Amino acid sequence: MLIVNNLSKTFNMHVGAEKTITCLDSVNLSVEPGQVVALIGPSGSGKSSLLKCIYGTYLTTVGNIYYTDANGSEHDLANIDLQTMRHLRTREFGYVSQFFHVIPRIAAVDVLSQPLINRGWSSNDSAKRAKELLSKVGIPESLWNMYPSTFSGGEKQRLNIIYGIITMPRLVLLDEPTASLDPVSKRNVLDLIIELKEQGSMILGAFHDYEAMRVIADKSYHVVTKNLELVA
Amino acid sequence: MDQIMKVNELSVVYGKGCDYCRDSNNPLEKNRCPHCMAVCAVRDISLELYDSEILGVVGESGSGKTTLMKALYFDIIPTKGSAYLAAYNNGETDIFSVSSQQQRAIRNNLLGMVYQNPVMGLLMNYSSGGNVAQKLIAAGHRNVAAMQERTAQLLDHMEIPLNRVKEPPRNFSGGMQQRVQISKAIANNPPVLLLDEVTTGLDLSVQAKVLDLIRMVQKQLNISVIVVSHDLAVIRMLSDRTVVMLDGQIVEHGFTDQILEDPQHWFTQTLVHSLI
Repeated sequence: MLIVNNLSKTFNMHVGAEKTITCLDSVNLSVEPGQVVALIGPSGSGKSSLLKCIYGTYLTTVGNIYYTDANGSEHDLANIDLQTMRHLRTREFGYVSQFFHVIPRIAAVDVLSQPLINRGWSSNDSAKRAKELLSKVGIPESLWNMYPSTFSGGEKQRLNIIYGIITMPRLVLLDEPTASLDPVSKRNVLDLIIELKEQGSMILGAFHDYEAMRVIADKSYHVVTKNLELVA
Repeated sequence: MDQIMKVNELSVVYGKGCDYCRDSNNPLEKNRCPHCMAVCAVRDISLELYDSEILGVVGESGSGKTTLMKALYFDIIPTKGSAYLAAYNNGETDIFSVSSQQQRAIRNNLLGMVYQNPVMGLLMNYSSGGNVAQKLIAAGHRNVAAMQERTAQLLDHMEIPLNRVKEPPRNFSGGMQQRVQISKAIANNPPVLLLDEVTTGLDLSVQAKVLDLIRMVQKQLNISVIVVSHDLAVIRMLSDRTVVMLDGQIVEHGFTDQILEDPQHWFTQTLVHSLI
């Protein structure tokens, strides 16, 4: 279970003019196992910021993020020590960012194997699983040993999604997962998300793509003026 | 997560120091004491290093990064503070309090160091293989054939051509010298590797090669690494966690992605926004 309780995020800028920007104000939401929850709203409304607060890339200013781990212990991700968070990130979380940023000069299949290797898989098994998923989302075999920087935008995005979910994480954070995909690839990606949902993952995603969202989401929150509003 | 190394309130003062600058709550002029004019290069730094993680240390020139690394490698005697290594007496003994003989043993067996300037870490006129073997001998190896084999294996791993192993590092390019240094530093599988600006001054493709090798070695040997750099791109690529230093003190600490995307301190914000 993931419960975001009264979360606010403020940026204090010290460079140039001193400035305070509030991007999220008293946000509440919850995600249950086996549920896909969608965040919708215009660009700049704070969808990505909320995902980043949960993943720890942004520091939460006020509020709590309660997360129950695989052993049943509850953590407040807004006030957690870094080593526990590091453990959760490798073992239980998957984060698909909007932009794919990987270490250069490593073949796609090796990049994708890494999260599994970090979890203790053998490199053979990891590579096998990576190849399975690569073919599932329709990336031609000739590209598997190429560097991701040589990939097209849509191909990179599919790599990014595989990278985030290859470990079948318990908590999946998706930032615009279908933004630049053609209809066939989009269908493949949605199938992967449904697979995660069926195995009981908690999935929270920011979507622009209402159609895709409607296919998979159980409930959705509309991000209105830095707040969330539950929509049917 | 197991703790591999712990540093408590480490300070290094260049100069006499006085009561005013010994109290870390008192403000200095940058890192200089306004009363006794001593330079507080490192001021009350505490940090922890965990198993198989890479910890980044960033900060501008003169912020005390190198002094910190040298103190941890016993090149400089710290003015105050303590440090503990899990691999030394179960982390129960302050490594700064033991005899210099013990410190030499720690350095030879439990630590590896790569200096920014290869002259500091290598004997430029001795063969490269000999340089690596020096570390092995220091760690107690005596079998020449076994050492030769290990040396060749390490240098080959760092992509130094085998037919140049007998040449002295002075014949090598900067990137090759750094790779010889890394071979030497990891020769006896130390649990902690200290890297001080290893890629500064190398051209992009050579820098890339050195970084790839560091990553590979860290993954294969599963060691913990402290990597000092003023280059955020290097830190982003290598480190899990990052501390930011300014005027001898740590001003910010967190996951590398958090430091880069949501920096809190004005200095970190300036640093991140200066990234091209």
